[in-house]
Amino acid sequence: MFDLIKGLRTTAKYLFTKPVTISYPEVKRPVRERFRGKHELKRYADGKERCIGCSLCAAACPADAIYVEPAENNPQNPVGYGERYAAKYEINMIRCIYCGYCEDACPTNAIVLEHQYELSFYDRKAAVFTKEILLQPVDKGWGEPPPILQNLNRPPNPPAQMEL
Amino acid sequence: MLKTEELQINIGPQHPSTHGVFRLMATVDGETVVHLEPVFGYLHRNHEQLGEIWTYLQTITITDRLDYFNSMINEHGYCMTVEKLASIEVPERAEYIRVIMSELSRILNHAAAIGFWLQDMGSWGTTLMFGFRQREMIMDIFESVGGSRMMCNYMRFGGVARDLTPNLVEQINLFLEGFPQFIDDFERLMMENEILLARSRNVGVLPKELAAAYSVTGPVIRGSGIPYDIRRAEPYSIYDRFAFDIPVGSVGDVYDRFLVRMEEMRQSHRILRQAMEQLPQASGSYINQAYKAASKQQGLRLPAGEAYCRVESPKGELGYYIVSNGGNSAYRYGIRAPSLINLTALNDMCRGYTVADIVVILGSIDIVMGEVDR
Repeated sequence: MFDLIKGLRTTAKYLFTKPVTISYPEVKRPVRERFRGKHELKRYADGKERCIGCSLCAAACPADAIYVEPAENNPQNPVGYGERYAAKYEINMIRCIYCGYCEDACPTNAIVLEHQYELSFYDRKAAVFTKEILLQPVDKGWGEPPPILQNLNRPPNPPAQMEL
Repeated sequence: MLKTEELQINIGPQHPSTHGVFRLMATVDGETVVHLEPVFGYLHRNHEQLGEIWTYLQTITITDRLDYFNSMINEHGYCMTVEKLASIEVPERAEYIRVIMSELSRILNHAAAIGFWLQDMGSWGTTLMFGFRQREMIMDIFESVGGSRMMCNYMRFGGVARDLTPNLVEQINLFLEGFPQFIDDFERLMMENEILLARSRNVGVLPKELAAAYSVTGPVIRGSGIPYDIRRAEPYSIYDRFAFDIPVGSVGDVYDRFLVRMEEMRQSHRILRQAMEQLPQASGSYINQAYKAASKQQGLRLPAGEAYCRVESPKGELGYYIVSNGGNSAYRYGIRAPSLINLTALNDMCRGYTVADIVVILGSIDIVMGEVDR
């Protein structure tokens, strides 16, 4: 009997401490800096797309979630700085396991796993995120184009990696 | 005299107290268990076959999903095996980071396992949440270190993916400071609780000889009184540098396993304290620079040969076996999963006890079906 009271003393002690829980939909817990959430396709500062349609992310993906269909850039009005760009870029968010290998494999830092984690869908078709959803809006530029890509005759090598 | 008859009861596969999709075929005589047959395979995900199809780097992501409570230790074992086969050297600092992550994972696993076990026993919510509060703090550390709370995907061949920044070191130290308070409170709350003692003492006894014969490992064999721990029996990584004790039980019942887990958390805390102290003096980088490129791209090819490495997972001895024929994915990839082998002793542990005890005994083995079925 005494042992139960001993346990209850600990319970009583915790009765007056601040709760550690948060009520989620109203209060959102900020994620950490290295968190891997929804992907984003980045742009250069001038609005050009970073993705060069090389499909290295699709090759690195363990879950086979990425589909890339490249197309040749029009030299008069290029979409990106490479010879090619991704005409179609789809990620199946149900298949994706958020390992971050696409980010590691990307030679131009085009794909980055960002902090958005609220991903829910009404049907399976909506879970396939197309390029329109993934691509960063034009007004949010990000960084300078690497000099190696400004010379169009050379392939993007060595890979520029991001250190967090 | 009434005529009695043995009755067969199916518990699971969709039963909350079986810790996943796991079925128990119990033959009972009245309330007493006569025979018990575990049936598993409901969560089979073709893990070993996938490891033979995917590249070595891609396979790290599924080792997270083996025993999803301690992804860091799974990765540690797998990376060690590949490093052994490819003779990749791991810098000292990387080894320290790995050990810190492994021990944090062990605390995480035991806190959750004890919580679940007490929940199975009928201590609704409180104790589970008590363990989960601590688990949440560690998962927060994992999120800041590796980017994900459970499926960390943090270790790479030749080190770890990203370095520990001073902020993270501070975060881990802050957790370590508060930890003894948690475990003292937990002990005061539960250790001498009458209901717990009544439910767990002399229940599910696994004698020493039987435990060794079944080759069970982890807290189950230590609860039975055999001080077998891979960290001491075959020190891997840098575990030979730390002073820690291996707790053993005396009777081999469910209560002993609970006590062993509690003490192991304290010992993990002791190792962590030493590791955090020695971390600034450790030489080298967080990853072997020669393999940094290989750790980010999928092109790593291992020389032909085979390797087996084992680590002490919170569930027991976790072994990885890789046969390579020179390609960029394994020719044969096998796992010795501790949960599966500990589960084979369930019949002998449960025989003679009541149906209500089955759940308590199963909880004390601490199985994770992701690892059992693979």
